Amino acid sequence: MLSYILRRIVATLPVMAIVALFVFSLLYIAPGDPAVVIAGDQASPEDVERIRQSLGLDRPFLVQFGSWVWRILHGDLGTSIFTNLPVSTMIGQRLGPTLSLMIITLLLTIVVAVPLGVVAAWKAGSLIDRAIMAFAVFGFSLPVFVVGYVLAYVFALELEWLPVQGYTPLTQGFWPWLENLILPAIALGCVYIALVARITRATMLEVLQQDYIRTARAKGLGQGGILFIHALKNAAVPIVTVIGIGIALLIGGAVVTESVFAIPGLGRLTIDAILRRDYPVIQGIVLLFSFVYVLVNLMIDVTYTLVDPRIRY
Amino acid sequence: MSEQLLGINDLHVAFSTRRGMVEAVRGVTLSVGKGEMLGLVGESGSGKSVTGFATTRLLDAAGRVTGGKILFRGQDVTKLRGDDLRHLQGAAMSMIFQNPRAALNPIRAIGLQIADAILTHKKISKDAARAEALDLLRAVQIRDPEARMNAYPHELSGGMCQRVMIAIAISCNPALLIADEPTTGLDVTTQKVVMDLLADIAAARGMATILITHDLGLAARYCRRIAVMERGRIVEEASPKTLFTAPQHAYTRRLVAASPTATSRIEDLVTEQERERYATVVSKPRQDPAHGTPPLLEVRKLAKRFDQGSAAVADFSMTMAGGESVGLVGESGSGKSTTSRMICRLIDPSEGDIVFDGQSIGHVASRDFHRSPLRKDIQMVFQDPNESLNPRFTAFDCIAHPLMRLDGMRAGDALRKRVEECAERVGLPLDLLPRFPHQLSGGQKARVGIARAIACRPRLLVLDEPTAALDVSVQAVVLQLLDRLRRENDIALLFVSHDLNVVRMLCDRTIVLRNGGIVEQGESRALFDNPKTDYTRKLVEAIPHIETGPALAAAL
Repeated sequence: MLSYILRRIVATLPVMAIVALFVFSLLYIAPGDPAVVIAGDQASPEDVERIRQSLGLDRPFLVQFGSWVWRILHGDLGTSIFTNLPVSTMIGQRLGPTLSLMIITLLLTIVVAVPLGVVAAWKAGSLIDRAIMAFAVFGFSLPVFVVGYVLAYVFALELEWLPVQGYTPLTQGFWPWLENLILPAIALGCVYIALVARITRATMLEVLQQDYIRTARAKGLGQGGILFIHALKNAAVPIVTVIGIGIALLIGGAVVTESVFAIPGLGRLTIDAILRRDYPVIQGIVLLFSFVYVLVNLMIDVTYTLVDPRIRY
Repeated sequence: MSEQLLGINDLHVAFSTRRGMVEAVRGVTLSVGKGEMLGLVGESGSGKSVTGFATTRLLDAAGRVTGGKILFRGQDVTKLRGDDLRHLQGAAMSMIFQNPRAALNPIRAIGLQIADAILTHKKISKDAARAEALDLLRAVQIRDPEARMNAYPHELSGGMCQRVMIAIAISCNPALLIADEPTTGLDVTTQKVVMDLLADIAAARGMATILITHDLGLAARYCRRIAVMERGRIVEEASPKTLFTAPQHAYTRRLVAASPTATSRIEDLVTEQERERYATVVSKPRQDPAHGTPPLLEVRKLAKRFDQGSAAVADFSMTMAGGESVGLVGESGSGKSTTSRMICRLIDPSEGDIVFDGQSIGHVASRDFHRSPLRKDIQMVFQDPNESLNPRFTAFDCIAHPLMRLDGMRAGDALRKRVEECAERVGLPLDLLPRFPHQLSGGQKARVGIARAIACRPRLLVLDEPTAALDVSVQAVVLQLLDRLRRENDIALLFVSHDLNVVRMLCDRTIVLRNGGIVEQGESRALFDNPKTDYTRKLVEAIPHIETGPALAAAL
């Protein structure tokens, strides 16, 4: 098991290398001279030349890539062109809110979507099933920012139950922290909940057809035991897979959600960096997100072995 | 008869389908006494399993009891709800199923699965339930039960899985056990061991049993009374002896005739009225190959090793003449399917050679063999006609595909004629050709599989359990078809099967395999009548014969 995890970590290295190459090439994929792109529309030729010199853009591509990778391996993500702060410091400051948002959304999704899917499968074809699936289609169809603004309007402005926007770090208390994250998490989780609920329903429907479910019924087991002990665990592999893939959705959604709810997280930083053409920051964030995603995939694969004894590595 | 335990009275069960309600059970009346073992026999679609499921209240959501009563200890099972029902299921009444591996939860240790059943019905601690589960594993004679408690179903053989199922079923000492095809898909020897165990346990615990099976011979061996079902009705109910010696109903007569016995011949498999039609076909005598002709197939010291494991097949040699039929028998894991696939050039042998019609083909890589001109000479009929036909291909496409790939035919009238000719040869009505596999019956699908295999006029047909998934009456027709094709077209048949009765009828010679090696071979009839090795004898004895002679009389 441990050797499997180690092997998998080693196997992620080429993936990360390709991601790094891609992230680095971002600057060059954009049309035109990188120095001109970074400098912006109003820059004078001297400014462009200064940027070219300071970023080493006059050197060959591979040399630049090599020294960039070398610096990253030493924990140096570069310096922001706009703020002149180290990129790692900027990311570090913004990591807390985004991580909080994603974890709350993930928990919310699992707690809401999986039971919904199980109930829908159990009562397949009934009114409850149709209501849940209608809700799922609804959740899929609404963009995050629409859900976000509607939630903020209803629960924050009209009912005044929750704050409209902003973020309070966990160090200032659990409730203030959570209070600010509830609406963003619901907005961000909508699509995700819909997706996971649908997959849970489909997988459960298939599992409930299996012979061993009939055996469980023949043993006289109660409905709860059949659904959660025998069926859900057998349905777990596809569900876990989709939850993992959904993390990519969360990363994308966080960018929008943070803007709607004015959360000072990585999403906001991403947008700001893109607007300012702050390439070192963009590169740093994309690299971080890719790394998180690769890590999540590894965790999913390890989860499979815990769920299903037939899977051996 | 002893005191009545279960009384089914005019039971009707219907399923709602896309085409409306379909009645699966139409007025079944049955009764089972305390401690009695009743056989419920019928072919697929006869409603025998549905009757069982209705009794244990395990019908699919689409199925509904639409009429009649099921009285268990005087209580109408069809009206039970909630807790009353749960006290019945698994406690007073339990069920074991076909395909034991699928019937066990694949990701739950078997000890827990047995304990689940105990904990549902008894108020005892988890440790006590675990101890009871262990005792049950001992009762079903599982070796090394302590270690097996933590095993998962995929780590056990099919026979072991069925023992675990039996352990679950008897865990709460039910008064009635319904066994739905408990040994279908198991080897004959395993079948005997499992059935003996089941009969012993039932007798020791005074448990009434309903044995649902398609195998008349099996029911005859273990039951005093057999009810025969056809299309949702019970057509005859009698002792095994009466059923076999003087069947009353026309369907029972057909079923008895179609069930292969130790002495039956292929032409016996239909009732006397139907034999007329067959007689015209068998009139053509079997051709003996002239002396001195080289063999069609020669296999020399064939061996197959899969990754790291020991040899699946080792030192296998045989020869076959043109038009000859050879049977390859053995238990699962004996290497018979591996051998047949190597000969078909679907997998590569590790050692040895295969010579077909004077040409060595053993060294042609299997993935390139489809380009060999000999591909069309060696064709295969696969085990499960449901799984081996492409669900998106019509019957016509299935038969036409090899003609286009191997005979270079183009779509058009000539191709249509050839396909229709093949369909006619296997007795497939031409109006079925545009249908997709799911629109065909099991027997029709088997015919499509055979028509596809003979389309390119092969000289060797390798058949891997071609009738294992079929009802006996369909099997009878398919066997006759194969025998006729062999006589008429001089196709050599290599017939892989675990059903010794079938092999005895169809094959001139038989090769018995065990653990990848040949145990015994010879003239089929001689080999089965006088087995030389213990292994063959064990195989032969394990077949549940329909014994019409003194053996049965003595048993009664």
